[in-house]
Amino acid sequence: MAWLVVRLAISMSLLYTASAVFEDQVGKFDWRQQFIGKVRFALFDTHSQASKKLLLATDKNVFASLNSRTGDLFWRHVDKTGPEGHIDALLMYGQDAVVVVGNGRLLRSWETTVGGLKWETVLDTGSFQAAALVGVQDFVKYVAVLKKSAISLHDLSSGSEIWVENLPDSDSVQYQTIYSGGNGLVLVLGVVPNSHIVIVEYKIEDGEIMNKKSVEAAWMSSLESSCAVVSSGILLCVDQITQSLYTLPLQSAEQTEMRQIHLQTLDLEVVSGFRPVLTSTQPNPAQPPLSEFFLQLSPDHHILLQFKDGLIAPLRDFNPAYLAAFATSGERTVAAVMSPKNDTACSINLFSADTGRRHLDTTIIYHMDPNGGKPNRLYVHAFLKKDDSVGYRVMVQTEDLALTFLQQPGRVVWMREEALADVVTMEMVDLPFTGTQAELEGEFGKKADGLLPMVLKRLSSQFILLQAWLAHLWKLFYDARKPRSSVKNEVTIDVLSRDEFNLQKMMLMVTASGKLFGIDSKSGTILWKQYLENIQPNSVFKLIVQRTTAHFPHPPQCTLLIKNKDTGLGSLYVFNPIFGKKSQISVPALPRPILQTLLLPVIDQDYAKVLLLIDDQYKVTAFPSTKNVLQQLQDTASSIFFYLVDSSQGKLSGFRLRKDLSTELIWEVVIPTEVQKIVAVKGKRANEHVHSQGRVMGDRSVLYKYLNPNLLAVITESTDTHQERSFVGIILIDGVTGRIVHEAVQRKARGPVHFVHSENWVVYVYWNSKFRRNEFSVLELFEGAELYNSTVFSSLDRPHPPQVLQQSYIFPAPINTLEATLTEKGITSRHLLVGLPSGNILSLPKLFLDPRRPEMVSEQSREENLIPYAPEMPIREEWFINYNQTVSRVRGIYTAPSGLESTCLVVAYGLDIYQSRVFPSKQFDVLKDDYDYILISSVLFGLFFATMISKRLAEVKLLNRAWR
Amino acid sequence: MAMRRVLSLILSVLSTVTLLWTQSGECNNGRRSGDAGDTDLSGFSVPLEHSFEVDDVPRFRLRGALQLKGGKENGVYLSQNQLSEKDRITLKDVAAADGLYRVRVPRVSLQVDRQTERPSEGYLTTFVRACALVESHLSDVITLHTDVSGYIIGISIVTIPGSCRGIEVEDEVDLEVFNTTISVVAPVTAPAPETAPFIERMEQEMEKKGKNPQEQKSFFAKYWYLILGGAVFLMATSSAQAPPGGAQQS
Repeated sequence: MAWLVVRLAISMSLLYTASAVFEDQVGKFDWRQQFIGKVRFALFDTHSQASKKLLLATDKNVFASLNSRTGDLFWRHVDKTGPEGHIDALLMYGQDAVVVVGNGRLLRSWETTVGGLKWETVLDTGSFQAAALVGVQDFVKYVAVLKKSAISLHDLSSGSEIWVENLPDSDSVQYQTIYSGGNGLVLVLGVVPNSHIVIVEYKIEDGEIMNKKSVEAAWMSSLESSCAVVSSGILLCVDQITQSLYTLPLQSAEQTEMRQIHLQTLDLEVVSGFRPVLTSTQPNPAQPPLSEFFLQLSPDHHILLQFKDGLIAPLRDFNPAYLAAFATSGERTVAAVMSPKNDTACSINLFSADTGRRHLDTTIIYHMDPNGGKPNRLYVHAFLKKDDSVGYRVMVQTEDLALTFLQQPGRVVWMREEALADVVTMEMVDLPFTGTQAELEGEFGKKADGLLPMVLKRLSSQFILLQAWLAHLWKLFYDARKPRSSVKNEVTIDVLSRDEFNLQKMMLMVTASGKLFGIDSKSGTILWKQYLENIQPNSVFKLIVQRTTAHFPHPPQCTLLIKNKDTGLGSLYVFNPIFGKKSQISVPALPRPILQTLLLPVIDQDYAKVLLLIDDQYKVTAFPSTKNVLQQLQDTASSIFFYLVDSSQGKLSGFRLRKDLSTELIWEVVIPTEVQKIVAVKGKRANEHVHSQGRVMGDRSVLYKYLNPNLLAVITESTDTHQERSFVGIILIDGVTGRIVHEAVQRKARGPVHFVHSENWVVYVYWNSKFRRNEFSVLELFEGAELYNSTVFSSLDRPHPPQVLQQSYIFPAPINTLEATLTEKGITSRHLLVGLPSGNILSLPKLFLDPRRPEMVSEQSREENLIPYAPEMPIREEWFINYNQTVSRVRGIYTAPSGLESTCLVVAYGLDIYQSRVFPSKQFDVLKDDYDYILISSVLFGLFFATMISKRLAEVKLLNRAWR
Repeated sequence: MAMRRVLSLILSVLSTVTLLWTQSGECNNGRRSGDAGDTDLSGFSVPLEHSFEVDDVPRFRLRGALQLKGGKENGVYLSQNQLSEKDRITLKDVAAADGLYRVRVPRVSLQVDRQTERPSEGYLTTFVRACALVESHLSDVITLHTDVSGYIIGISIVTIPGSCRGIEVEDEVDLEVFNTTISVVAPVTAPAPETAPFIERMEQEMEKKGKNPQEQKSFFAKYWYLILGGAVFLMATSSAQAPPGGAQQS
């Protein structure tokens, strides 16, 4: 019987926590965007004329195929992160794409139409140098992979290894390139820096060394960066010190040294400090490369040269020109060159490669985004038109990782913002009111000027409201007649306004490349973007909302703190989060490294919250630092505390602000680094509301929560990583007094630890190294049956330590990230959002993570709705909020409250971005989508008329009776 | 009755907390009965220093000596001096200016053998509002927190009561001797998922089910008499009402 009760209790509890999406709700309030990252290799499928495929390999270890007409993904393969999944090379021939992965660990061939794996070969160990397709008699049959000490040849259709040969003298010679001109030989080129070049010829059939020679080249340090093969096997190198080009026929027996051609003889000069670049093209791997090549002499100077009969002749000089690239269609090879047109636009022109003559009517105008970066890569897709002339499209990659696909005469076909593949931090900001709403709001802000004008003003604003309402009604009526699909109106920055329930917000996203985005949360449309130049690649960002949209007419204000990780030096970027415009407010200079930032609830006369920045000399800079603010800071200085964490020394220290904006050390906790190191410190979210002070227990008494807003959760990991002795420590410290509230040690555990700190609880996930599984642990803090001081919480006056309850559970899946839902008033029950490596976002009811879950079911625990303790945490498919919209490599989850208490907005980001809403306690404050309005109104009207009729009847009856 | 049940419930669940408290309770007793003769030879002493200045610049002076005892149960004794006349006046002045009363201990390990390994460097500090200390008549609770290996990582001080209400305090009587409760708290071991009791409970339930033949009977076997009775009743009523029913239909 008890068992039945247990099961009943579980099923009952599940009944009201189940939160799946119905089929017809798919895509209604959620969206996903998929990204690939910074492009390293891009190849157009030139196999057939009608092909729309574009193959890309990126620095995020993604190999993908894009539809070149729309920019959508055909398919995408996400490999392991880090060097293990690094894509070293991408080669394409016909329908096959050959990829070398993981520093030459794997050789894979993909079928490009559907993205299926054709074959995979594990290569011998050794660091990867180069890979090339090898052809025999106009037919590409093999792929050669060059490693540090060996070369191997593989069959292109099956991947089987034809032969593998060790390279001679591989410990002294750095072999760097492979060349094959389709004549039955594979040439491997190596260099001994500042000494000589080594050329080894292998026979394709059996890998026999046919020839080996070395050529003096004392000036050369690297083959890869300064050489190219042109024409029929001529090695061409450039050296900026001697200002010369060097040529060497690779297979000639008589010439034993490189021939020097001074650039001066060609009237050319390399700009000092610039490393010249040679670009050649080999349209068909089974044939020798073309004799034309590009030489880049300075960042904006290219020249097209031709090698003919041992001589180099310039074909065309492109000065200025940012980028140049070759492309081949059929038998014709063209060169596309991007030159600056004016400050905001570039023009791209097509030239025939063999003569350098310009093709007529081939100009593409590329408009540079004033808020974006400069173009840095050009990929050209050439094709033959019906009249046999060459047409082309280009893909431009800019510094801010935007991919733009253009066609003549400059139409942007599509655009992808690949910076969004690496979101670092984000915030959500409420949208502003509409003009009419703002008008009404503004009325209260103004000074009163007489009774009559006030009345008139009120009347006029009410009239405007009425007008707006009528317009809205008309629009509703108008839209209702149209089919649903066509009512999709475009979101632009001008029509942006807050909706009834504040469900639509502005998502501010900061990416690692230093590009900021403002995205509409409802549709995922990018409303504005801003590229911050000169961002160091190792910068850390902190986004702070200083003023929300609530203070009309002051515009909302966000501040981004950009900090260099190495030097600690920071800078502030202040902007309007709705329009993305940089604010004109003067920003304090930050000459010293910043240790900590603190957003105070103190506001200045313009309603901006005060941001305190603490530098390494413990001096405080306030922003904004008006007189008003400084006065307020002086008044409240003695109650402003902050903490610093120095994880290298294991030191946590607390400071108090003095009236002169200096600080004093008031507490210090030192955790010896020999035993354990601090891995993370987290406080609570400032915008979190707790509705209920306590929990009602089974006997109607109340267990009060310990709600300390200053509490910090410190997570440590042991330095000893032995599976029996390793541990994870959790220390709860009061951030004001430095008092250790609770200290616990999870034995036989190690990181990575993910944790959430909210209300009166901390949930953390660790790896149990003994049982080799992930475990959840929950800590809850209670004051007990009585509150010490129920009116106000002060860290300085709370002498009794809280009661701490803790319970742990097994979680049957690894975890990427953890976050808790957040709602407007905190009435709705909480859920934990767990990002799984599979890409699913699990919405786990906090009900399951309750340390008061009883071992044995009793009358009281049932009364309290406690689920009996079960050591394993369930994972139910219907708890996945993103059904099949998996988020690759989810790195963070952001939650924000909406205007509806039941609804919490969720954004999960990683390689992809997914936005949705969750309803932890179901939609208790919203009518269902399929609510039957017709039925309820017909019942109402029916009742109304029934009363009317029966009243009439009753009257008649009364009258009749009176007559009787 | 209800109260007691709640208590027992809390007690059973709060095993971690009670563990923590019993430990510190032990220390309290130790302190009270503690005098010079009681101190263990294996223990060692570290200074407990305090600072209270009107200008709020810390100048630490000796408050007392902490006798720390290594080993499994971390005992601690505190012998401290009385406050001098001058100190009492200063303390009252600091309290009036809402200054801080700070205490600090050097960073040491409770393991005696580690003492020699690593000389103590730096201090662990904390504070309490001076007015709270004065108003509580110098009754404070000092807790030393250690990590798993026995190093002291933090010190905390609270006064009971902890509030500042601006009550006048007669210095002669109330500000002479500290009434200190001192304890050492080591980290508690967080519970791991309890699989064994859960499985045991499941087995017990299964066993119970097995033992009780009533449970194993099918639905019909259990309630055959009710069903039969119901069927008979239905039959009887339907046959009895059949003629009038037919009449109604027509």
